[in-house]
Amino acid sequence: MQNILQQIGIENYIYLSVILFCIGIFGVLYRRNAIIMFMSIEIMLNAVNLLFVAFSTFHQDAQGQVFVFFSMAVAAAEVAVGLAILVSIFRNLSSIDIDNLKNLKG
Amino acid sequence: MEKNLALVLLLAPLCGFLFNVFLGKKAGKGIVGIVGTLSILVSFVASMYFFSLIQSTGKPFQVDLFKWITLEKFNVNFSFLLDQLSVLWLMFVTGIGTLIHMYSISYMHDDENMHKFFAYLNLFVFFMITLVMGGNLLILFIGWEGVGLCSYLLIGFWYKNQDYNDAAKKAFIMNRVGDLGLLIGLFILGYLFNTLDYATLKTAILSNSDILSNPLVGIAALCLFIGATGKSAQIPLYTWLPDAMAGPTPVSALIHAATMVTAGIFMVTRMHFVFDLAPYVQDVIAVIGAATAILAASIGLVQNDIKKVLAYSTVSQLGLMFLALGFGAYEVAVFHVITHAFFKACLFLGSGSVIHGLHGEQDMRNMGGLRKAMPITFWTMMISTLAISGIFPLSGFWSKDEILMTAFHGNIVLWVVGSIASIMTAFYMFRLMYLTFFGEFRGTEEQKHHLHESPSLITIPLIILAILAAIGGLISLPGNSWLNHYLAPLLSKGEHAAHHLGTTEYVLMAVATVGALLGIGLAYSKYIKNGEVPPQDSEIKGIAKTLYNKYYVDEAYETLFVNPIYRLSHFFRNYFEVFFSEVVFAFGKIANAIAIQGKSIQNGNIGLYLFAFVLGVSSILIYLFLV
Repeated sequence: MQNILQQIGIENYIYLSVILFCIGIFGVLYRRNAIIMFMSIEIMLNAVNLLFVAFSTFHQDAQGQVFVFFSMAVAAAEVAVGLAILVSIFRNLSSIDIDNLKNLKG
Repeated sequence: MEKNLALVLLLAPLCGFLFNVFLGKKAGKGIVGIVGTLSILVSFVASMYFFSLIQSTGKPFQVDLFKWITLEKFNVNFSFLLDQLSVLWLMFVTGIGTLIHMYSISYMHDDENMHKFFAYLNLFVFFMITLVMGGNLLILFIGWEGVGLCSYLLIGFWYKNQDYNDAAKKAFIMNRVGDLGLLIGLFILGYLFNTLDYATLKTAILSNSDILSNPLVGIAALCLFIGATGKSAQIPLYTWLPDAMAGPTPVSALIHAATMVTAGIFMVTRMHFVFDLAPYVQDVIAVIGAATAILAASIGLVQNDIKKVLAYSTVSQLGLMFLALGFGAYEVAVFHVITHAFFKACLFLGSGSVIHGLHGEQDMRNMGGLRKAMPITFWTMMISTLAISGIFPLSGFWSKDEILMTAFHGNIVLWVVGSIASIMTAFYMFRLMYLTFFGEFRGTEEQKHHLHESPSLITIPLIILAILAAIGGLISLPGNSWLNHYLAPLLSKGEHAAHHLGTTEYVLMAVATVGALLGIGLAYSKYIKNGEVPPQDSEIKGIAKTLYNKYYVDEAYETLFVNPIYRLSHFFRNYFEVFFSEVVFAFGKIANAIAIQGKSIQNGNIGLYLFAFVLGVSSILIYLFLV
C-alpha cells in the first residue's frame, strides 16, 4: 500500500480533500436549490472520508478505513432521511428553493 | 386507657371542626349544630373523668406523644399535662363551651353560614384545649396562636361588614404585639434552662439559687406578662376587646369573656415560679391590673351599646384578676376566673337573647321594659348582675372579696382603686339592667309587637349559667376553701394560706357590700327614680364625653403608632421601592433593547444561518490551529 503514496504524495490527497471540502461549502452557501445543497454536503462528507483513508494508509493503521465504512453507512441513512424531508417540502411548497422556507422567522 | 381518653378529649372538637368544615354545608343546619355541640360534650365528659381521677389520686397525668424538637441540649416533647390547674380549666372551658354551642344552635339558626360558625367554634375549643393541656410552653404557644386565629375568624364572621373586618384585624394585630412578647419570653427561658417543659422548668428554677441574681429571669417574666396583656386585654393592649364585640354574641360570651381572654391568667398561673422570682414584675402586674380595672370600669359607665358595657366590664374584671396575680395570689385569680366565666357568660348570652328578641338592636337607649316580655332572660341576667356587683352570697361576692382582701394586705392604694372599680361595676351593671328591663319600651312599635321570650335552647343555658353564677362561690369560701386546697400541690408556696377570718376581713366584706349597694343605689336614683335615659351621641358633654369616647385612647394609638407606621410605609414605598423597582426594570429594559436589535438576525433566511454557521466553525478552527 505504501507504494501508492510513493507514486502520488500524501500532500496531493490533502489538497484534493481541501478543494472538495471548499467546493462543498461554497455549494451550500451559494446555491439555493435544496438538492444541490444536499449534494454539496455529501461532497464535504466524502472529502473528509478521503482524508481519513489517506491518513490511514500513511500511518499503516486500518482504524481510519474502518471509520470510513461506518461514516458511509451513516451517510446512506442520512441521505434517505434528507431526501424524504425534501420530498415532503416539495409536496407542501411545490418548490425546493430554500428561500421559500421562512416559516421559522421570529 | 387514660392516654387514649386524653387524646379523645383533645381531638373530639377537632373532629367536629373537620366534619363541619367539609360536610357541614351538605349535612344541614340541624346536624351541624348537634355534631358541634356533641363534640364539645365528649370533651367535657372526658374532663370530668380526669377531674375525678385527679381528685382521687392527686397525681398529675402526663401524656408524651413523641419527641418534637431535638437539638444538642434542647429537647421539646410533644406532650400534654393533665394536672389540677389544667383539668379545672378544661372543665369550665368545655362545660361553658357546650352550653354556648347549644345556645348557638338557636341563635345562629337563621345564618346562611351556620356550618362555618360551628366549625370555627369547634376549632376554637380545640385550640383552647391544646393551650390548657400542653405539657410545655411551646404547645401552649400553638394553642395561644390558634385561639387568636379563631378569635379573628369569629370577630369577622359577618365579613360583609367592613367595620367588623377592621375589628377582627385590630384584634389580630394587637394580639400579635403581645405574642411577640410571649415568644421572646419563651426564648429567654429556653436559653436559660434548655427546656420549656413545665415540670423540668420548675425543678430547674427551684433547685438553682444562682438564678435569682440573673436579670434575664425578670425580663423573661416581663415578656411573658406582655404576652398576657395582649391575650387578656390589659393596658396597653386592651382596646381590641371592646371592638371584638363585632362578632356574634355567643362568640363574645365564649371567647371574649369566659375562656380565651383568661388564657393570660392561666399562663401566669402556670409560670408562677418564674413570676415569684421577679417581685418587680409582680408589682408591675398589680399596678397594671388595678389601672385597667378602673379605666375600663369608668369607660363602661357611659357606654350605650349593651355589649360594649359588658366588654368593658370584662376588661375591668380581668384587671382585677391581674391585681390578684400581682400579689402572688394565684388561687384567688383562678377563683375569680371561674366565677367570672359563669356570670359573664350568662350576661353575654342574656344580652344575646335581648338582641335576638329585638332583631339586632344593641343600643340600650332603644330598649326598656323588657322584664315582662322576657322573664327568664331578665331573672337569669339579674342573678348574674347581682353576682358581678358582689352581692352576698352570690359567687362574685366571694371571689371579688378575696381579691380586694389580698390587695388590702398588699397595698392599700391598689385596694382603694380596686374598690372604686367594684363600685363602678355595680353602677354600670345596674344601669344596664334598668335601661334594658325596666321603665317603658323605647323602641319602634314593630319591635314592640314582636317582643317575645327566646326559645328554650337559649334559655336553658342561661338558667344553668345563672345557677352556677349564684352558687359558684361555694368552691372557695373564705376560711374553708376547697379550691385553695385543690390547687395547693401545684402552687405549693404556703405563704398565701387562707386568710384566717378576723375582724378586718369582716369589715372589708362589709365595706365591699356597702360599696356595691352604693353603686346600685346611684343607678337606681338616676335611672329608675328620675327615669333618665342616656342622651344621644351629639348631646354628650364634659367628662362623660371623654369617657364615652374611651379617653380617646384609640385616637391616641392612631396618632402615636398607626399613622407613623403608615407614613413610614409610604416613605419606603415612594422612595425605596421606586428605586429598587427602577433598578430591576432597567435590567429588563436592557435585555429588551438587545433583543430588539438582535431580532433582525433571526430572519428565517436559511442561507444566512448557514453562512453564520460556516463563519463560526471557521473562526473556531482558525483560533484552535492558527492562533
